[in-house]
Amino acid sequence: MAVEERIEQSPERAAEPSGTPDVRLERVTKRFDDVVAVDDLSLEIERGSFFALLGPSGCGKTTTLRMIGGFEEPSAGVIYLGDHEVSGTPPYKRDVNTVFQSYALFPHLSIFENVAFGLRRKGTRGGNLKGKVEEMLDLVQLSGYGRRKPRQLSGGQQQRVALARALVNSPRVLLLDEPLGALDLKLRKEMQLFIKRLQHDVGITFIHVTHDQEEAMTMADRIAVMNRGKIEQLGGPDDLYERPQTAFVAGFLGISNLLTGEVSGRDTVRLGDGTTIRVRADALDGRSGRVAVGIRPEKIRPDDQDPNALQGVVRERAYIGVSTQYIVETRYGNVTVVVLNDRPGSIPHSPGDHLTLSWDPEATFILDPMEEPA
Amino acid sequence: MSSIAVPRQRERNVLAAAFGFVRYHVLTVYSLLFFAYLLLPIAIVVVFSFNHPVGKFNFTWQGFTWDNWRYWDGIPGIRGAIILSLEIALIASVIATALGTAIALALVRYGFRGRATTNILIFLPLSTPEIVLGASLLTLFLNLNVVFGFWTILIAHIMFCISFAVVTVKARLVGFDRHLEEAAMDLGANEWTTFRKVTLPLTAPAILAALLLCFAISIDDFVVTYFNSGSSVTFPLFVWGAARIGAPPQVNVIGTAIFVVALTAMLANVVFQRRREVRA
Ligand SMILES: Nc1ncnc2c1ncn2[C@@H]1O[C@H](COP(=O)(O)OP(=O)(O)O)[C@@H](O)[C@H]1O
Ligand SMILES: [Mg+2]
Repeated sequence: MAVEERIEQSPERAAEPSGTPDVRLERVTKRFDDVVAVDDLSLEIERGSFFALLGPSGCGKTTTLRMIGGFEEPSAGVIYLGDHEVSGTPPYKRDVNTVFQSYALFPHLSIFENVAFGLRRKGTRGGNLKGKVEEMLDLVQLSGYGRRKPRQLSGGQQQRVALARALVNSPRVLLLDEPLGALDLKLRKEMQLFIKRLQHDVGITFIHVTHDQEEAMTMADRIAVMNRGKIEQLGGPDDLYERPQTAFVAGFLGISNLLTGEVSGRDTVRLGDGTTIRVRADALDGRSGRVAVGIRPEKIRPDDQDPNALQGVVRERAYIGVSTQYIVETRYGNVTVVVLNDRPGSIPHSPGDHLTLSWDPEATFILDPMEEPA
Repeated sequence: MSSIAVPRQRERNVLAAAFGFVRYHVLTVYSLLFFAYLLLPIAIVVVFSFNHPVGKFNFTWQGFTWDNWRYWDGIPGIRGAIILSLEIALIASVIATALGTAIALALVRYGFRGRATTNILIFLPLSTPEIVLGASLLTLFLNLNVVFGFWTILIAHIMFCISFAVVTVKARLVGFDRHLEEAAMDLGANEWTTFRKVTLPLTAPAILAALLLCFAISIDDFVVTYFNSGSSVTFPLFVWGAARIGAPPQVNVIGTAIFVVALTAMLANVVFQRRREVRA
């Protein structure tokens, strides 16, 4: 689809040097009375990227988004849109549009007028207006719905109207605050792919807020994992999953097994009972002292084919269909193992079975050791 | 099913049917009585507007006539009283609704010092006995040395109407998604355009309701008006004065007319809302 041609870049935006990030936050802090919602946060978002802010409820994602949109002013720090600082600029003067979680469609206006709202404010009229609105409705697969009122549409359709209403203004950045939160699982999955494709087609920078790690990984090119108003780690979905740098990130993006030990070489860690396991040298990165070695459950094999091996007894088994999850008791605590059911036949291991677990040193990551409960 | 269970079952069915009959009919009778209680006085007002009374009192049915309606202003003073009441009600309801809407917006939208206090103060006129309200306004006006008449009545009416307007509009604004206004601003509408294009259209039904409510309260207010009218006479004051020396059937005529207008406005509102819902 030749959508790029439809979305006109404003001349001002086109004149910027190509490397200018679309959004830049510099040491931004936001306080509400004594709550620090966003804490000294710095961030650059590359033009045309699909960026996700991921974190648990209350970590400051919405507040960050609202500061970019102009609905809140930072208590400290600066926000740039392109090379413009936007402190004190009201929302209606910012080249940014928002898809609200509640959609916030105007209930008294038709779908057509909802989508036309932004264009009318800019003085677009007549055939030009009609053409743009209809093209946009077409893009979100709602052509022919223009005369209806928002409440005559289903949740998924309303969601797409909200997208169209924002995108028709071809903003520099589109902000999406948990836009799929109100949809059921199946529709949510569909919309994830739809929005991702849409972003690819229109080439506008999307900033997507979510607390769902799967959603963030499915949709975004880059993800910032937030916790307590700060960014814990920023990277691609695979970076964050395979090489988390903090226990928070490791835990938020999925299950991980952590074995605590002492660094004993360039790429070795000695566990409590003297067993030495090999890890990735670049993950260890010259550390010394106590560290936690992390392995994702699906990276562990229920056999001795890989260099690092551990003995254990199966305690629990959960059949999930595509895979089976085992809880295996070892000398270092319980280890979770996920085995793909990719062979026909029965599930090979039962509770009580003795099992050798092994994994590739390349599949490990290193974290600071957790405070052991006394 | 055993043979014994059958009669039992039947017995129970009869009982249930009897109970259902009683329940159904008691409710019907109760409802009819209730509506009779509610509507009988109004019906009497309407019927006696067509009476042809002998003497001063319009209490016993003497015969049917159109004369009271034809000469609705046939009693000295009634025309002026009606006009004054309409003027006051119209101006008071418009001003009170405008001010009330602004206050409601401020109370719901903006956090300011003293918001909680204002919220309570707004309710004071609603819970203060009218007689106290009227008497204290009288004291105030006396102290200010103003001339009693049109303006004092108007000020008094605006005062007690504002609270009703605020409460009515506020109820609507509280259920209003704030994100709608943010969405408008997000799409390039400044504060004024946002108000015109989003806030106002969505609050309009409540503003209209407030307007009608204020008009209705103002046009039949007696107590507060009585204290602050000086020598001016509104329709309720006129009726009260007339009732002491007799009861002209024209009072019934005007009463019936007001009732019909109010009923029409109410029905129109219901129909309008229905149509809106069907269309939307
Ligand atoms: N308007 C506000 N007034 C006071 N506290 C707020 C306000 N908005 C957000 N907060 C607080 O800031 C923190 C971050 O909120 P938010 O940005 O909504 O988190 P998230 O979107 O990640 O769930 C929370 O503790 C929340 O209670
Ligand atoms: Mg949020």
